[in-house]
Amino acid sequence: MEAQELPCVLIDCIGGKHGVYEDHAEFLKERFCLITMKEYLENKNFLGKKIRAIYMWYHKPVINEELLQSLPNLKIVASSGVGIDHLDLSLLSSYGVKVSNTPFIVSTDTADLGMALMLASSRRLVEGHQMAISPDTEYFPADWLGAEVSGATLGIIGMGTIGYKVAERAKAFEMKILYHNRKQRNKEEERAVGATYCKKIDDLLQQADFVMLVVNLTPQTHKLIGKRELQLMKPTAILINISRGLVVDQDALVEALQNKVIKAAALDVTYPEPLPRDHPLLKLKNVIITPHIGSATVKTRHLMKENMTESIQAGLAGLPIPNEVLL
Amino acid sequence: MRTAQVMAEQDLPGLLIMGIGGTHGVQESLAALLKKHFSVITMKELLENKKEVGKKIQCIFVSEFRPTIDQELLESLPNLKVIGNSGVGVDHLNLKMISNFGVRVTNTPHAVADSTADMGMALMLASARRLVEGSQIAVSPDTNYFAADWLGVEVTRATLGIIGMGRIGYKVAQRARAFEMKILYHNRNRRSQEEEQAVGACYSEMEDLLQQSDFVMLVVNLTPQTEKLIGKKELGLMKPTATLINISRGAVIDQDALVEALQNKTIKAAALDVTYPEPLPRNHPLLKLNNVIITPHIGTATVQATHMMAEEAIANMLSVLNCQPIPSEVFPQ
Repeated sequence: MEAQELPCVLIDCIGGKHGVYEDHAEFLKERFCLITMKEYLENKNFLGKKIRAIYMWYHKPVINEELLQSLPNLKIVASSGVGIDHLDLSLLSSYGVKVSNTPFIVSTDTADLGMALMLASSRRLVEGHQMAISPDTEYFPADWLGAEVSGATLGIIGMGTIGYKVAERAKAFEMKILYHNRKQRNKEEERAVGATYCKKIDDLLQQADFVMLVVNLTPQTHKLIGKRELQLMKPTAILINISRGLVVDQDALVEALQNKVIKAAALDVTYPEPLPRDHPLLKLKNVIITPHIGSATVKTRHLMKENMTESIQAGLAGLPIPNEVLL
Repeated sequence: MRTAQVMAEQDLPGLLIMGIGGTHGVQESLAALLKKHFSVITMKELLENKKEVGKKIQCIFVSEFRPTIDQELLESLPNLKVIGNSGVGVDHLNLKMISNFGVRVTNTPHAVADSTADMGMALMLASARRLVEGSQIAVSPDTNYFAADWLGVEVTRATLGIIGMGRIGYKVAQRARAFEMKILYHNRNRRSQEEEQAVGACYSEMEDLLQQSDFVMLVVNLTPQTEKLIGKKELGLMKPTATLINISRGAVIDQDALVEALQNKTIKAAALDVTYPEPLPRNHPLLKLNNVIITPHIGTATVQATHMMAEEAIANMLSVLNCQPIPSEVFPQ
């Protein structure tokens, strides 16, 4: 098949810091005519009309009104990952452009990372490793202790696909599971993981040894956890965030950690990412930060690419779009 | 102190411990627990007056491998009945020598199980997802972006090979099952069908387990049979994409062979809560490899587990003194 017959799809770039992976690009080139932002900008008039889809990897290319106006034949934007807080859905809808994400494929990896952060923080794994390899270490002190995960109380805020998978995993550690969600899950679902619904977030915050944030970022969940919520938490509690940095009032979190209002935090997400290098969160001993790796496994990224390809192909063929994001 | 209290305390059986507090002693809260049942005597107090104090000691509480039990100590404690070890591993105790003195030894297999299984899971997840490396990138002064192609490997639906399916190994299997892992195990004795089905575990020969597993976890006791159980041959059988996790004892692995395997990419990574010795010498190659996570033998280092271990040890020691059935006695092989 000649390259011109393949539908034209806009990507940011291939390789480098944020680009589409080289091996993924090979797969995509068999199905699409890939146009990079650089190529597009060099020949806007000609290429603009040909682009029918955008393959958005790591939130790039950035989509604004100017871009939408120059892509008259754009039908669909396929975005990697489950979060869509970086997209202006109303704007896209007003241009008749459909949107898809990859909600299910990221769920087990993200749940796994939530468990990894909870265990690492509770057992002081990063600190322990630093002690084990430090040139100054002569012995391992007997009074160096962490806290148990097994049998403790986990409060899950956001019991969607990912939150539920966290609950399934936590159950095997005989944890007591509380959850807070917009909607209560049905009885079978609750029973299967031994989860108790907390209609009021306060009840969850007051009882949990571990509070895990697994919500979408929306105007309602922006700064969901602030000074008030942190103070409701136990002083021995640990906050884990695998959702979005903006769900937490970061300044309030710093204060709470410095004043020992809560014991520790483990964050896969912050705002911004990365944090400025002089940010207080980077210096606190009781904080683990990971570089937004919730879905960062080889297998899942492959599956994301496949999902996005399917969504684009369906969108261009006028068929029902798998993983469509509706307003 | 009132006379009645002094009398009451002296009625309690004498228990020797290393010390109270500090970096090598028993935690204050645990010492308080011990004092409810025993007249607690520290090594310092014993050494100051061996003859008088030695006679009073009927039990020794060994915690974090201290105090060291040698011939000289045993000879100075004529009334010693039992050594209550805090922890399940007793490879640091010369069981034959202790038995020759007519002294019993007990351990704490129940108290250690949950926290050690948790540690195994923590190490597997941390290694697979490159958590330690990732945390270093997140805080490094040189970081100005997070690279898109920085990836780890999946734990969900991967294959876990558990070598040693005792109490702790079984709890690891229970946890791993919730991650939809395929579970293979190897053990001296095969578990019952019900037990296998309950966690979805398949019994395997060592070779098969090593060849098929994405994660190999060592959960055996250290005995003459398990020393250097994992050597060059075993590492060579593992997948080049596999990770070795050790929550048993350092000596179960041929450490030199492990270093070579990691340097030559025979296996992908290792996560070790235990090494030989502990700590490793500061120039040891294992400390420099970036595909190795080492933790300072913290498998049972939680507030809850250390309390449970003390309680289990107390129950064991009292059962010996009261001539009752002993819950967890260990015998020389």
